[in-house]
Amino acid sequence: MAVKQITTPLTDELVRGLRAGDEVAITGVVYQARDAAHKRLVALLEAGEPLPFELQGAVVYYMGPSPAKPGKVIGSAGPTTSGRMDAYAPQLMKNGLKGMIGKGLRSPEVKQAMVDTTAVYFAATGGAGALLSQRIVGNEVIAYPELGAEAVARLVVKDFPAIVVNDCYGADLYEEGGKKYARPAPTAPTVPGDPPR
Amino acid sequence: MSVVDKTRELDVALVTDAVRAMCIEANYDLPADVCEALERGAEAEESPAGRAVFAQLAENAAIARRDRVPICQDTGFAVFFVNLGQDVHLVGGSFEDAVNEGVRRGYGDGFLRKSIATEPAQARRNTTDNTPCVLHTNIVPGDQVAIWMMAKGGGAENMSSLAMLKPSQGWPGMVQAVLDTVSRAGANPCPPIILGVGIGGTIDMVTVLAKKALLRDIGSTHPDERLAAMEAELLAKVNTLGIGPQGLGGTQTCLAVFIEEMPCHIASMPLAVNVQCHAQRHRHVVL
Repeated sequence: MAVKQITTPLTDELVRGLRAGDEVAITGVVYQARDAAHKRLVALLEAGEPLPFELQGAVVYYMGPSPAKPGKVIGSAGPTTSGRMDAYAPQLMKNGLKGMIGKGLRSPEVKQAMVDTTAVYFAATGGAGALLSQRIVGNEVIAYPELGAEAVARLVVKDFPAIVVNDCYGADLYEEGGKKYARPAPTAPTVPGDPPR
Repeated sequence: MSVVDKTRELDVALVTDAVRAMCIEANYDLPADVCEALERGAEAEESPAGRAVFAQLAENAAIARRDRVPICQDTGFAVFFVNLGQDVHLVGGSFEDAVNEGVRRGYGDGFLRKSIATEPAQARRNTTDNTPCVLHTNIVPGDQVAIWMMAKGGGAENMSSLAMLKPSQGWPGMVQAVLDTVSRAGANPCPPIILGVGIGGTIDMVTVLAKKALLRDIGSTHPDERLAAMEAELLAKVNTLGIGPQGLGGTQTCLAVFIEEMPCHIASMPLAVNVQCHAQRHRHVVL
């Protein structure tokens, strides 16, 4: 299957064209934000105050990089576990967020919000931060520098590899893939002295 | 009659130097046992998406080694197991401070991420130098200090579990609890995973056993045949779950299962499962 080239910010039309299992190469601006930043962003929304970046059509990357070595754009920069942002993601989607990049399972509430607001969840390969950092060509901290690796940064990515896990139609690649390769468990006991069951 | 003094003096500054180097090398240079396990996994994996993940992980490890950058941005909680020979006389300062100083220098000099937050329930302020470390010290015969270090990422650690099972549940109950832990974790801990399984002891000891189990090299067989068979059974069963590399579906969910066991109370059957991501970053030195 061909890799779909997509650029940010995302439109509803673009999101509707993406299906769970699609491989994508993302180019454009994505916003780095993880646990502590999400807590602050949602507090701003609740207070009716402006966010440090335009949320409409935006893609957030759940990531906290290692420090950049001198002369480098960024350090190692792979995805963190997305589920920790589940408490905040629906509210961001309701306010215009269109895409999330991370790794791991999303809650039913987050998946429903993707259907309701036409948004998409991409997974990048967890633990491939050295490789993924090579696809990040711009990096500017735009909020909460005091949070260190948890600051919000405006990243420019080029051909950033990811795969659609949850699309705006409710499909889930983790569920589909897992079912496809699940095998009946071996039943015979293999441990010496273990009683038959 | 003269008493022979067998003690050996060791300056803790040497501990600091060794710890600094271990923190950096563990995070830049994926050990051979893990690289070989990833190669074997790539050959065995049936899912095309899973094979693509294995290819990315091999390329990632090569980039990290070549460019001396962290394999993963989560450079972990620095966890140490130390076997301290009882004939060693440590001089030059506190041993624990020396280990933490090594962590501070390693994570600073190596451009590693500082991921430790103080006041976990409230402020969650970053300590900014990745200290404190987790330090398990055992006193053993001899005049050497053996140090094992692992950089333990948070995503996989979060998927770990503790179960105080009933003795009546037996080994089948343990198998089920391990399978439940891995199923619940799904894609979250960056599969293909490695499992450290602790059996027996008390709630504190069983989790230490599970962590200690992760010090073993992938591909090593447990010297106790009974435990080796239990490890093989768990590995085979976990790999029927279908989770696969990165949870995208596949046959290679788990690269290895390691068990450590100790006796337990007649009323108890403790089980701990420490989940480790594919980037099992570990080092070992003897001073």
